Amino acid sequence: MDEVIQVMSADDIRRAVTRIAHEIIERNNGAADLFIVGIQKKGVPFARRIQQTLQAIENLPVPFGTLDITLYRDDFGSHTSALDPTDIPESITGKTVILVDEVIFTGRTVRSALNALMDFGRPSTIQLAVLVDRGHRELPIRPDFVGKNIPTSRREDVEVDLASDPQNDRVTIRKLAEQEATQ
Amino acid sequence: MTLSQKHVLGLQDMSAQDMLCVLDQAQEMKEILSRPIKKVPTLRGKSVVTVFFENSTRTRISFETAAKTLSADVTGFSASTSSVQKGESLKDTILTLSAMAADVFVIRHQASGAAEFVSRYTDAHVINAGDGQHEHPTQGLLDMLTIRQHKGRIEGLTVAIVGDITHSRVARSNIWGLTRLGAKVRLVGPETLLPAEVRQLPVEVFHDLREGIRDCDVVNVLRIQLERQEAGLFPSLREYAQRFGLNSNALREARPDVLVMHPGPMNRGVEIAADVADGEFSVVEEQVSNGVAVRMALLYLLLGGSDDAVAH
Repeated sequence: MDEVIQVMSADDIRRAVTRIAHEIIERNNGAADLFIVGIQKKGVPFARRIQQTLQAIENLPVPFGTLDITLYRDDFGSHTSALDPTDIPESITGKTVILVDEVIFTGRTVRSALNALMDFGRPSTIQLAVLVDRGHRELPIRPDFVGKNIPTSRREDVEVDLASDPQNDRVTIRKLAEQEATQ
Repeated sequence: MTLSQKHVLGLQDMSAQDMLCVLDQAQEMKEILSRPIKKVPTLRGKSVVTVFFENSTRTRISFETAAKTLSADVTGFSASTSSVQKGESLKDTILTLSAMAADVFVIRHQASGAAEFVSRYTDAHVINAGDGQHEHPTQGLLDMLTIRQHKGRIEGLTVAIVGDITHSRVARSNIWGLTRLGAKVRLVGPETLLPAEVRQLPVEVFHDLREGIRDCDVVNVLRIQLERQEAGLFPSLREYAQRFGLNSNALREARPDVLVMHPGPMNRGVEIAADVADGEFSVVEEQVSNGVAVRMALLYLLLGGSDDAVAH
């Protein structure tokens, strides 16, 4: 039986989203040129929460897109994942793109996402927001906005559940059996 | 997530699950073609060889565009400018090309079964781009993608295929694919252009155009090959156009939201009237762009690994 520990509650996540939204506004002197991009799959619901909070605070529409990075992965041939929709509805050129994922681990997903974004235009800046930073970076990539730093072992898996009802949101850590540990 | 088969030789042998997987992925691939930079790095270092023993515009360019969009290297082989002219056999041609480290062969050949034959002599993946009168599976898949985009489903639809069924690999791939995904298929054409084995196919047969397309959701019009007239299969193009040419009058028999499809190249004024070909129900150009997306999906799925796991 895998051991499952809850590390963030629904309230913790709500507060983290609010804080990150305020940090984004503070850093960028408002939300006027922002463009939120969620990385498929689990980055998308987290990015949605940030976008909605930004819009509520600043009272203006913030453009939103989704990005599937599967075709940009550096391990094609060992993994073939189903593609999810990529939808960047307007130009990102000149925008401040807030790239959003739920967990940052090795940094390879973010590297792929950066390459993918560049094929859509030339943003003036890209900043990175994550709900959980679990360490173990393999590339020189660092998030600008972090919900929570959670030191983990590679034998653990961090699971972010952003349910349709925010009351059921949670982040858990699951200890993996030896053979299924992700690299 | 990959296909359960190594080669794509025909839809007769392809499972519904594999077909749906291709259609789903093709749907996402379409988005790439609308980007400012229409290229993703996925298949870098992979080699796709197109081997064409018959002339082709759209299929060949479509495969090349698909492979290049995914960053694969593409080598083109045309029988007319190759050692085939010196008498080299298909088998030796494939062995030679295999030795140059091809990962995928895309083959078109006038002989039915050629793609399957090629698959016996190479470790590479083989995609059938049309073999004789047998199958043209990527055309079948792109037709189904186009139908699904407009109708939201395949299951429960009625699709009429009109024209020269006997000589049409497009018709065969459509019949197998559509029926496997739950559509009803009608074949419409003169007796002389319907294959002898028609009674064994899971289809309804009509010899009258209006009756055949009545209440259909989709009408897929096939090209009449002009050389068939010389073989005496129908008296004249004019008579064929009168009896089986799809014009706007006849089209009123079909459902009001009918889709009109044609695999190209079209003989305007013969099997399809110009105003129907360019009309509001026609999705002919969309078929072409969907063709690239379907071929991208196939290359992606065939050349990918076998694992679903994702690390962050």
